[in-house]
Amino acid sequence: MPEPSEPTRQVDATDKRIINTLQDGFPLGDEPYREVAERLGISEEDLLARLHAMLESRVLTRFGPMFQVERMGGAFVLAAMRIPEADFERVAALVNGLPEVAHNYRREHAFNMWFVLATETRAGIAAAIDDITRLTGYAVHAFPKEREYFVEMKLDAA
Amino acid sequence: MSDVGLDDLDRRLIVATQAGLPLVSRPYHLLGEQLGVAAADVQARLQRMLEGGQIRRIGAVPNHYAIGYTANGMSVWDVADEHVDALGATVGALAFVTHCYRRPRSLPEWPYNLFAMVHGGGRAEVAEKLARIAQILGADCRAHDVLYSTRILKKTGLRLAKT
Repeated sequence: MPEPSEPTRQVDATDKRIINTLQDGFPLGDEPYREVAERLGISEEDLLARLHAMLESRVLTRFGPMFQVERMGGAFVLAAMRIPEADFERVAALVNGLPEVAHNYRREHAFNMWFVLATETRAGIAAAIDDITRLTGYAVHAFPKEREYFVEMKLDAA
Repeated sequence: MSDVGLDDLDRRLIVATQAGLPLVSRPYHLLGEQLGVAAADVQARLQRMLEGGQIRRIGAVPNHYAIGYTANGMSVWDVADEHVDALGATVGALAFVTHCYRRPRSLPEWPYNLFAMVHGGGRAEVAEKLARIAQILGADCRAHDVLYSTRILKKTGLRLAKT
């Protein structure tokens, strides 16, 4: 099985235009895909088929509303752990298994596992950290944001 | 979630769409059927959450690797506390920085308080971008590092419980 980081579809020029257009928002009309397809000069069927294929092949990790849990009374917190190589897969499976873990990345550093906790309540963060410590036996270093200077998830597909 | 004015229908709408928007011609109608409300209610709720900031936007999240960003570095900087906010704003404004935050240090192992995500077509390109950040920070930066991601272990986004 390919790693989650390895997409299995080669994107073409139309895919790239779709990706770039859909990073700018999506209409709330009755037939939003038709609206976007018309803007791109392709058919609605083609747009839907390409979106389906890009999600299936993990070129897109998701398509839909991006929720800001902090504006709903919840919290996002970045956290890191140092996991010995021999234990990495076991710990990754345990951490990924928790619904509070929204993202998890392996990074090249002594702190080699970096994940984002997203919880419905601020108190949920401490509970999730306790769970991870108990389940894995490793300390969790939390790096809650103190100030946000800039967030823009968009990256152009060049 | 009642403290921020989200009711049961909002919550059910979040649960119904957190894995993604339906890939059908009339997605808001389908959601309305699933939730037992009119499509117009779904559209109005989404509009309200967009305006209220509970939804950042409705859109696609690409896999960085798939669209040519093979080097994805979390750059971290130990910046003098008295200047970090002004410098963070400048670094965050750079076109190639997608996220920029101030975070607490975790001494003695982790001296860094400024985090900036930098993406590029290769590590050499990221290194050039890091050099530009280093130039901006100048003598206010005591140490820095870059942590490249080597694997996405999970990327699902928020998941509310279905209950």
